[in-house]
Amino acid sequence: MNALANSMPQEFYPPMADATAANYRVEEVRRDFPILQQQVHGHPLVYLDNAATSQKPRAVIDTVSRYYESGNANIHRGVHFLSEHATEEHEAARRTVQHFLNAADKREIIFVRSATEGVNLVAQTWGRTHVGAGDEVLISAMEHHSNIVPWQILCEEKDAHLRVIPINDRGELLIEELPKLLTPRTKLLAVTHVSNALGTINPLRQIVALAHGRNVPVLVDGAQAVPHIRVDVQELDSDFYVFSGHKVYGPTGIGVLYGKLALLEAMPPYQGGGDMIRSVTFDKTLYNDLPYRFEAGTPNIGGAIGLGAALDYVNHLGIDRIAAHEHDLLRYATEALLAVPEVRLIGTAAEKAAVISFLIEGIHPHDIGTILDREGIAIRTGHHCAQPVMQRFRIPATARASFALYNTRAEIDALVEGIHKVKEVFA
Amino acid sequence: MSDLRELYQDVILEHSKAPRNYRELAGANHKAEGYNPLCGDHFTVYIDLEGDSIRDISFQGSGCAISKASASMMTQIVKGKSREEAAKLFEQFHQLVTGHANGNRDELGKLTVFGGVSEFPVRVKCATLAWHTLQAALEGKQESVSTE
Repeated sequence: MNALANSMPQEFYPPMADATAANYRVEEVRRDFPILQQQVHGHPLVYLDNAATSQKPRAVIDTVSRYYESGNANIHRGVHFLSEHATEEHEAARRTVQHFLNAADKREIIFVRSATEGVNLVAQTWGRTHVGAGDEVLISAMEHHSNIVPWQILCEEKDAHLRVIPINDRGELLIEELPKLLTPRTKLLAVTHVSNALGTINPLRQIVALAHGRNVPVLVDGAQAVPHIRVDVQELDSDFYVFSGHKVYGPTGIGVLYGKLALLEAMPPYQGGGDMIRSVTFDKTLYNDLPYRFEAGTPNIGGAIGLGAALDYVNHLGIDRIAAHEHDLLRYATEALLAVPEVRLIGTAAEKAAVISFLIEGIHPHDIGTILDREGIAIRTGHHCAQPVMQRFRIPATARASFALYNTRAEIDALVEGIHKVKEVFA
Repeated sequence: MSDLRELYQDVILEHSKAPRNYRELAGANHKAEGYNPLCGDHFTVYIDLEGDSIRDISFQGSGCAISKASASMMTQIVKGKSREEAAKLFEQFHQLVTGHANGNRDELGKLTVFGGVSEFPVRVKCATLAWHTLQAALEGKQESVSTE
């Protein structure tokens, strides 16, 4: 047991009671993230590209290292000690995800590579079974390409139609359009929880209720929501929910598809291979039970265990306290940026999370990004894999600052100072 | 700030704000679109080619300061040049912005202001987008070119 005493990843964190930002000690939190301690171009790193990927706390880095140092083995098949232990850790991570999303059953948690793979899995299995010629798949105008293209591929194959819920100038869904877009031909509604380009939080319960009223199941892209706001899939009543581990302080290459048990049970397999079968002969293969039926091949075991550690870390800080802290940052940053006359915000929804897309009059976002980088400030510039959003606002690109649980008001001050430097260069 | 000043030289900023030959060219017999998917930069280059000579050239589109200034100054320098001369300029320009320039830069003339780009590898594509588009237009390619 000696080797394994160190490899147990799930440290016990006491939950913190107060769900406000008031006693959130961000400087202590920052010390948990080794990468944040560095300088870039001679300035302290100000990492504001969290919607692209988040940094990893020591607890995640150590958990993954410990797994490879002392716990590595293949799972679900070995009778030996390490294999049993790795299997236990992998399944413990699944339970952590289950509890994090408040899913009713751990068989509803499928490990995939990413939110993108989760969407593709549903499109290729549930979609190919249920969507036929003339049918419709409904998405929204603020989707990331990962929640557009898999449906386009499906619609093209099936001769079905992709329909789009429009958005207003603030970047909010036109919910009033939804009832007429949900037609008898609508087979699925696929919508994002939080927009990666605009920051909009969509009113999911209302959307799901409208869709379910027409017997249309709903897939939710939760990639930008899970790190920032409490997600309860039972309360939302979404049929599918996907997210990526790396955006919620976990490793890359691991993601989650949640699906309601009855839907998953009825779905054909996605990829064939080892682990997803019960028995194979050349005449007939019997598929494994959930969730393994959708996890062909050796999975990303270290990634899943690392994701478990990441969610433990988020639980330790408390997602509501994180949300409160980030909301404070968002409000502070919004006011600070709007105080710069040349700055225009893209995405001004009433309900927003952790993302500010902005333009500076007369200066291309790419130039903003380069100049801020020289100040040690990392933001994203471009179309954010949401080209239809850019088309909607008739802009080629935006500059985007996106916040995480370790960002500070001082970093937003640095961003604003950086924006003044940008203006200086272009003066 | 110093390498930023190297990148964003006054000439470059001036061209990005007031690009030359920025229009559709009525008599164009060659045209191509260039696209940089990384940042969404998108230009169309129009050429009036007479025999082997670029009689007139213009461009339109949207992009960052570097890509726009590069397109503007490119149209100035290749106007009146032969295909071969234009191709040679592109080669020298590419060497300049990737930091591989060796020896004679004389032919590049004012374009040497783009030397600072070599310190910003992710911006090389911005500086060369218009040139790739020019090359495609001269080769008579119909589809849009991409820097990826």
